Amino acid sequence: MAAMIDRRAALEDGAIDPNVVKKQLIAAYPTKVARKRAKQIVINKEGEVPEIAANTRAIPGIITQRGCAYAGCKGVVLGPTRDFVNLTHGPIGCGFYSWLTRRNQTRPPTAEDPNFMTYCFSTDLQDENIVFGGEKKLRAAIQEAYDIFKPKAISVFSTCPVGLIGDDVHNVAKEMKEKLGINVFAFSCEGYKGVSQSAGHHIANNGIFKHVVGLDDTAPKEGKFRVNMLGEYNIGGDAFEIDRVLEKCGITPVATFSGNSTYDQFARAHTADLNAIMCHRSINYVAEMMEKKFGIPWIKINFIGAKSAAKSLRKIAKYFDDQELTDRVEEVIAEEMVEVEKVQAEIRKRCEGKLAMLFVGGSRAHHYQDLFAEMGMKTISAGYEFAHRDDYEGRKVLPGIKIDADSRNIEELEVHPDPDRYRPRKSAEQIEELAAKGFFFKDYEGMMAQMAEGTLVIDDISQYETERMIEIYKPAIFCAGIKEKYAIQKKGIPMKQLHSYDTGGPYAGFKGAVNFYEEIDRMVNSKVWSYLKAPWQTNPELAATYACQ
Amino acid sequence: MLLRHTPKEITERSALTINPAKTCQPIGAMYAALGINRCLPHSHGSQGCCAYHRSALTRHYKEPVMASTSSFTEGASVFGGQANLIQAIDTIFTVYDPDVIAVHTTCLSETIGDDIPQIARKAEAEGKIPKGKFVIHANTPSYVGSHVTGFANMTKAMVNYFSASNGKRSEQINIIPGYVEPADMEEIRRIAGQLGIRTVIFPDTSNVLNRPQTGKFEMYPKGGVTVRALVSTGDSKATVALGSTASWPAARALDVKCNVHCELLELPIGLTATDSFIDTLRTVAGVSVPDSINIERGRLLDIITDMHQYFYHKKVGLVGDPDQLVSLTEFLVSIDMWPIHIVTGSPGKAFDTKIREITREIPHPVNIKAGGDMFLFHQWIKNDPVDLMMGNTYLKYIARDEDIPFIRCGFPILDRIGHSYFPTVGYMGGIRLLEKILDALLDRKDRDSPEESFELVM
Repeated sequence: MAAMIDRRAALEDGAIDPNVVKKQLIAAYPTKVARKRAKQIVINKEGEVPEIAANTRAIPGIITQRGCAYAGCKGVVLGPTRDFVNLTHGPIGCGFYSWLTRRNQTRPPTAEDPNFMTYCFSTDLQDENIVFGGEKKLRAAIQEAYDIFKPKAISVFSTCPVGLIGDDVHNVAKEMKEKLGINVFAFSCEGYKGVSQSAGHHIANNGIFKHVVGLDDTAPKEGKFRVNMLGEYNIGGDAFEIDRVLEKCGITPVATFSGNSTYDQFARAHTADLNAIMCHRSINYVAEMMEKKFGIPWIKINFIGAKSAAKSLRKIAKYFDDQELTDRVEEVIAEEMVEVEKVQAEIRKRCEGKLAMLFVGGSRAHHYQDLFAEMGMKTISAGYEFAHRDDYEGRKVLPGIKIDADSRNIEELEVHPDPDRYRPRKSAEQIEELAAKGFFFKDYEGMMAQMAEGTLVIDDISQYETERMIEIYKPAIFCAGIKEKYAIQKKGIPMKQLHSYDTGGPYAGFKGAVNFYEEIDRMVNSKVWSYLKAPWQTNPELAATYACQ
Repeated sequence: MLLRHTPKEITERSALTINPAKTCQPIGAMYAALGINRCLPHSHGSQGCCAYHRSALTRHYKEPVMASTSSFTEGASVFGGQANLIQAIDTIFTVYDPDVIAVHTTCLSETIGDDIPQIARKAEAEGKIPKGKFVIHANTPSYVGSHVTGFANMTKAMVNYFSASNGKRSEQINIIPGYVEPADMEEIRRIAGQLGIRTVIFPDTSNVLNRPQTGKFEMYPKGGVTVRALVSTGDSKATVALGSTASWPAARALDVKCNVHCELLELPIGLTATDSFIDTLRTVAGVSVPDSINIERGRLLDIITDMHQYFYHKKVGLVGDPDQLVSLTEFLVSIDMWPIHIVTGSPGKAFDTKIREITREIPHPVNIKAGGDMFLFHQWIKNDPVDLMMGNTYLKYIARDEDIPFIRCGFPILDRIGHSYFPTVGYMGGIRLLEKILDALLDRKDRDSPEESFELVM
């Protein structure tokens, strides 16, 4: 039945009518669910971005791909920091599942520098701790972690039961901080907070800002053009490639939030002169707070895609307004683009015009469209698991976003200019001057503005919708995560993980672009998809005839 | 060094777990529920658990792992998850149409005390459960036991909800295979088939988590024990339960509920454990053992005699789940290897007693810990190195740092394939284990031998 409707829609228009597709997607749901999903499935319009419902609770039973606030806080934002002891306060699962499963690479400068990435620390709560409280065990665990590892900092991450049984993790952290003389701080990132990983990002941002950022005023590294890279987690070495390019241009990376990061980097992050944001969703809070407190402006950049990387470098150069830097950036781009263009020309022959779908976290579903465009591929549909409306529609909608009951309890820090250290990096006149040249701060315009007319934008896509979308559009490649991967491949569609990169990467920067072109070319043109039917399955009657003869 | 902060000196830890050798209950329950035909596992908690469990199983099997969740929000966490579960049941049956929803819980819903049967009854009264469809449940608090406990609880739930007796005993034998791989379940079925025994194996994840690429995704693949077969377990002649931690609670429940005689055995890994599995099957079913099985046994023995010099007195470190470790330790001891460091993350006193008994004749100190972790295991290795390690993928960090040959077995294996296709149970599984052990040891010998003693024939 569904298949028949598809074909009719395709025949009438010469293309698939997204309105028909949308109707099909929601027709399967109970009425109330359908009404809600209808707001989260939007047909994109060029020129005027339609409104989408996002950052609302997941529908029970719908098979969402979302995770929780703990994953957003511990797993995403602070997990990649290599010299913290990240202690999970809860039963064993949360710590276990977030142990080395995100590919945040770390590379300490020497073999003696701390690196706790390979370790999983947990209080492994037992039933008696649930009954009598876990504070005592937490205190003892912090002490034991300190005795064995002597880390610079210990951070504590709360899991679901912690909030319910009333353990005061912040008080325990404070106590232990005084006792041990190192920084100990806690996060109330219980899994049920908010509606997704997103709540965890916000909680992590607040915590790192409150407890670490700005603690150390000594800027250790000399270097011009000091930039923090925010929301870059060094999956598969992305941050290494970005740093390589920045340094080649003469730009000094100060802190990365938080791929391959260290405690000291966070503590000195406020000495930078610019915050450049990769992942808007996870880190815009820190950027906003740093601007308010220290006067550091932020801009949105994107190092995914060679053209986007070039554009981002030029944007940074424009900000610093220095001729030498501007010239150097152009030199580097020209140098790097040689290889990029060579590979691009080669793979375009085989990839041009093919369709891609992207359903990833809160940022990559947008960024990777640039890479596909560079390959001549079209993004026919995209969506996020847990992004907010501003990531879809652009920050201009921020004033209109209402925080609903499910997310109201996520703390909003009140931040004021630091009396001694607030230093505006650009004067009001300079900002105006830049604006006149088309340079805007805090300028994220969202994913939808970049997408073509009639493409489908789907927030928190369900397993059911994923399958229907594939059946209807038969994309050449589908990008999402590990939970989606094998169901999609079973349908005969190549599936690229854009969380873990399927052990590949880096995909950021210029070298990353080349890696990505080659990887997608390999996937969409693999021979394996032509073998799905055995010879006797394609023509069984003929075989029977031979047997009779 | 990947684990550069692990000191050789062992200090007592009472509160801090580092690099666990277990995970939490619900993933075991999810795995067991996937062993029911046309069943959708459902996680009653906040959605992060479900995402983690699906991801972990997916990484281990490289297969789709479907499960739904109640997606608790803060409100539900305080006031109870009834509305969430009822809405979930409605959505699931409407959209995904399983025959069974198998609900397990998390530390969240257990701490707040949600009453799942009461909620399911309410859903039924509201007409949310279609006729002929089922909602079953197991309580799986993450702060008790481990993933193996969760598996045991969901397997027991299959008995609680389905097993029924019509008063007539059949010739059928129930086999509860324990927390083993789909390939192991398949092998157990093959062995029973060779003996000519009619069996119900539950749970059964073969053809669910090792399914073929056909160009079609089926939400509910062909494998899994059917509801009808589960109902019939109440009339079976006997139950053979493999692995006390994973299988005993269900077997005992079936005995209590339907008076089905039960034989509890260790997992049939290695020579002697497989011997007693086959001997027990033969006895309870009243059949004789065919020559094909004798041939397999003889082949396993033959390899042991042929290659014994390479195993003899080699020291081994083991990390894993209790049922596997008991049989594996026994197998290694039976071929004159020395398992000397043995850690399971799952708590339980019986483990220590059993392993102590199996290893009592090893003339070397043996470290055993139930409820231990890989950090402690690593420290033991630093103090008393071994020739071989066996355990899940997380051991590879120790293997690289300490330069020790390493065989992947148990859960999870995230970086290799094979475990879902080739069994380690039965005589054939024993042969595979020996092949792996020999490959690891002989590769190392080849790597380390001086040129003059680099051997062509080994």
